[in-house]
Amino acid sequence: MSDASLSDAGAASPPLAATRPARLRLGPLAPWLLALPPVAFMLAFYALPVLGMLSRAVLDPGWTLVHFQALGDDPVFQRVLWNTLYLAVLVTLGTLLLGYPVALLLVRARRMAPLILLLILLPFWTSVLVRSYAWMVLLGRHGLVNEAMLALGLLDRPLRILNTPLATQIAMIHILLPYMILPIANTLRQIDHSLLRAAAGLGASPWSTFRQVVLPLSLPGVAAGTLLVFVLSLGFYITPALVGGPRDTTLSMLISQQVDQLNWAYAACLSAVLLATALVIIGVFAKICGLGGGAFRMSAR
Amino acid sequence: MDGVATVLAGAGAAVTLRGLEKNYGGHGAVRGVSIDIRSGEFLTLLGPSGSGKTTTLMMIAGFEQPSAGELLIDGQSMLGVPPHRRNLGMVFQSYALFPHLTVAENIGFPLKQRGVPKAERMRQVEEALRLVQLPGLGGRNPRQLSGGQQQRVALARAIVFRPRLLLMDEPLGALDKQLRETLQLEMRRLHAELGITFVYVTHDQEEALTMSDRIAVMENGQVAQIGTPEDLYDRPANRFVASFIGESNFFPAVMRGIEQGRVVAEFGATRLQALAGSLPAAGAEIMLTTRPERLRFVDGAPPAPGENRLSVTVREAIFAGERCRYLLEAAGGTRLVLKEASGAAIRRRAAGETAEIGWAAEDTILV
Repeated sequence: MSDASLSDAGAASPPLAATRPARLRLGPLAPWLLALPPVAFMLAFYALPVLGMLSRAVLDPGWTLVHFQALGDDPVFQRVLWNTLYLAVLVTLGTLLLGYPVALLLVRARRMAPLILLLILLPFWTSVLVRSYAWMVLLGRHGLVNEAMLALGLLDRPLRILNTPLATQIAMIHILLPYMILPIANTLRQIDHSLLRAAAGLGASPWSTFRQVVLPLSLPGVAAGTLLVFVLSLGFYITPALVGGPRDTTLSMLISQQVDQLNWAYAACLSAVLLATALVIIGVFAKICGLGGGAFRMSAR
Repeated sequence: MDGVATVLAGAGAAVTLRGLEKNYGGHGAVRGVSIDIRSGEFLTLLGPSGSGKTTTLMMIAGFEQPSAGELLIDGQSMLGVPPHRRNLGMVFQSYALFPHLTVAENIGFPLKQRGVPKAERMRQVEEALRLVQLPGLGGRNPRQLSGGQQQRVALARAIVFRPRLLLMDEPLGALDKQLRETLQLEMRRLHAELGITFVYVTHDQEEALTMSDRIAVMENGQVAQIGTPEDLYDRPANRFVASFIGESNFFPAVMRGIEQGRVVAEFGATRLQALAGSLPAAGAEIMLTTRPERLRFVDGAPPAPGENRLSVTVREAIFAGERCRYLLEAAGGTRLVLKEASGAAIRRRAAGETAEIGWAAEDTILV
């Protein structure tokens, strides 16, 4: 409705249009027309299938909420949900602690910066499947890590790392690290260099400058990275399935198992829970950091 | 205001630069700068971009390490002392206010680093805000302030902890002309009230002349001349200083000799006299210079003793309000500029007219 009235207003001012005769005269409609193809694509191939899948949770056999009610006292579901959230928190913390110093180094280093960026992006460009298999090779009973420690005399017998939660955590932190580093590096790069000089000139030690100037100014990047990593880890499937333990099931693994058993309603229920969790997290971040105006605009620049 | 000033007052630091050098990969940005900056002085480093003035300032601040030479503040070597231990105030062209802190928190920042308790901090911040004439704005975000106000906040932040030395890197460069003039006067007032040593970097010669006790003119990483504004304007040491500070007329001439303590030289067929400075040999090619406002039309009046005279043709007359600017051409094609006060009793010359101009030998310098 408002679009139509806006375009009418544009048509009612011929002098303005006459000064730019060669341009397409779409006026205020142009952005919407440009957005139309991708929006249509997403509706047809993403939103509709997702809705169709989710509807199985409440339409099996007829309109019912019985599947969701069952989740409330399903100990398997509760343990899996807890596992998933715990893993996501741990992976997020791990990438933050490891990623922040790398982001700082990436921004501070001058000549080495392209090399560091390449080292970050090279694994990023490699398929998650390949990297998960690589971690299986590294962490296995006769993998590189165990063999090296045995050779150095640090161990008497090989450690069991593969197919434990630790293996999942290590591999996921490695795979998701770029999602943390890049947004943080982006906000760090935007910090005006004269602010650091001003802080030093006003008597702040390098550590105080970091704590009182650099860290607060990089928080939008930290928020963006945290959100990305957390939401991505919630739905991670390949890595926990390949390197994780059989008892440490995550939500996405449970969904996959239920689909294999043609338990569609239960799987759809779990998917709805996963989607809702991700949306709640995004909503909370949007509330705290101002998603539109803060973190993402800063990191997208 | 007096009470505030005495609270903040403290003697200024004396700064000694001795043979200071800075090389960037073989290129000498600063090449042997020696300046004695006196306690409480307002010293300006003036020069075009690339003259090494900012690099010199950054070495005093500690952001750049000298390649050679010595830097003393109050007699103590500052080589190897990091910026945060030098206890000096610094104001940048970009203001460099912390965007995540309020105005009050920005000004309180240096006090916080020095462990000043919060209540005392707030008192001193309020005082500093009053000193830069922004009382009551402490709760604002820096982004809500105009450029001029932001620079006042930066100034307050740089003086609130009573440093003995304040460094300023083109602090007014981003402001419009009127605001710049207001803030120039205010900085002069602050300098007088605080008694701090100011080292000020600018490429604006007018700003340097208005504000400074002394000016060091820099060219190609070296000090071309150092002196009071009057020194530099009336007795420029070389052609660069003469043309960089104010406007100058140049007369390529041939040295003839010394008469009654004055240099006598020939500019084409005209005999000119100048103040004796260095004494080149007779026959040497020399350059004489004088300021446009020291020239005047004489129209056949008998020359005073020691007055230079020259016949010229008016090429262009430009009315500029308080004065009229004439572009003249002397024999041999030398271009000159003459500035004359405007007024009802003063006859305006037209382009193409011939005229005779005169000026005092004392206003003519050998460079």
